[in-house]
Amino acid sequence: MRFSGLKVLAEGLSGNKGWTAHWRDAQPKPEYDMVIIGGGGHGLSTAYYLAKNHGMTDIAVLEKGYLGGGNVGRNTTIVRANYFLQGNSEFYSHSLKLWEGLEEDLNYNVMHSQRGLINLFHSDGQRDAFARRGNMMINQGDDAVLLDREGVRKHLPYLDFDQTRFPIYGGLYHPRGGTARHDAVAWGYARGASDRGVDLVQNCEVTGIDIEGGVVKGVQTSRGPIRAKKVGIITAGRSGLVAAMAGRRLPIESHVLQAFVTEGLKPVIDHVISFGMGHFYISQSDKGGLVFGGDLDFYASYAQRGNLPMKEHVMEAGMTLMPMIGKAKVLRSWGGSMDMTPDGSPIIDKMEGIEGLFIDCGWNYGGFKAVPASGWSMAHLMATDQHHDVAAKFRLDRFRTGVGIMDEEGTGSQHNLH
Amino acid sequence: MRLTCPNCGERDRREFYYVGDAVALQRPDADASDVVWDDYVHNRDNPAGVTRDLWYHEGGCGAWIVVTRNTVTHEVLGCELASKVKEASA
Repeated sequence: MRFSGLKVLAEGLSGNKGWTAHWRDAQPKPEYDMVIIGGGGHGLSTAYYLAKNHGMTDIAVLEKGYLGGGNVGRNTTIVRANYFLQGNSEFYSHSLKLWEGLEEDLNYNVMHSQRGLINLFHSDGQRDAFARRGNMMINQGDDAVLLDREGVRKHLPYLDFDQTRFPIYGGLYHPRGGTARHDAVAWGYARGASDRGVDLVQNCEVTGIDIEGGVVKGVQTSRGPIRAKKVGIITAGRSGLVAAMAGRRLPIESHVLQAFVTEGLKPVIDHVISFGMGHFYISQSDKGGLVFGGDLDFYASYAQRGNLPMKEHVMEAGMTLMPMIGKAKVLRSWGGSMDMTPDGSPIIDKMEGIEGLFIDCGWNYGGFKAVPASGWSMAHLMATDQHHDVAAKFRLDRFRTGVGIMDEEGTGSQHNLH
Repeated sequence: MRLTCPNCGERDRREFYYVGDAVALQRPDADASDVVWDDYVHNRDNPAGVTRDLWYHEGGCGAWIVVTRNTVTHEVLGCELASKVKEASA
């Protein structure tokens, strides 16, 4: 089934009875060339690019729950390429370019909306840091505009510019930044992979990884053993638990990050905005809900729900920045399980010492925008055994050697600092 | 979440600063290999279930506390002074 404007019109006129399932709900076979553990955004995009870029289709994606039921369905949907450090910069730049062609490539409406992202700053020091970041983004070939206070006021007249505590000095404007419909990204990649022959297996929990003589042989699952020549672990917040099945510990601590959405409102916030003094960010979904969030709760957690102090902090930051949202009612809040690395940057690598085992994890609180390039790079690594150029610095051994630590925030490479 | 400081009693979570896994109490020798140090500084068991981590009572008595809690339910199972834990394991 191919989507087109004509198809939508024809279906609309004939009672929408001709739509079919977007992907096959496959039964697991006893053996595959490759098994991907984890049917989230990154796992599905890896399977898609393995099929599309490398012609590999004897692949199963094993998901313990339902496709896209983890972080890809629980985030604040922001897409941006405003990274600073070499290693991150070229990767997120590549990812944004993939986003820009994604709907055409997948023939799927992921509602990618380049509405512009504005990171506000509130001191001379922050202005200098953002000017430098903007220059790095421009050097990478992406876009950045340094706005002064009046420049910000033209875009965002509703902010509280006159507050005495955190006066707004300006903002770094990233016009190509924006949002996308998170669930549709998972569904689009699932459909693209399934159409090319990849088996998407739901309700199939991996319970063990079979390794003989340092070579991976397959996995044990809740639906029986599956043999495979190569296995990719792409399980985000649960990466440590899956790696433990291969006898490995990872430089990862799983934390909870909360997000919030209000009742649907008429269009009021046109951009993605972040508040430089309170760790608060907000955008408005196409349904009208204000989608916003803040910092981690800052303790290890798999609960997928947070505590009240961070809720209070996020609400306070929002009210400080834009008091106009005070009457909007919060509809719901939720938490995701974040795979936090010590330096805040991700890992796409081979599992050293176990042939055929690969890992893609450590996306911290920024995995959604990385979905296209992560899958692209992980597929390249699994198919060719070579790191892709744009993800060549996402190495697992950087923590042991100290070479290539990518501490984007400059706070230190330590677990509780990101 | 509320934590019971052995010195001050039950207090709001906001009085405490989270440091991380209580592995910090088992520091390797200075001349241990890079593999041992990497494991100590970076690698974590990261369990879904009962864990022991180190908190600092920043907004209270300044004690370092080992908290035993469940990462899935957020249930707090016990709080001990880190100095006592360290003595007991010495």
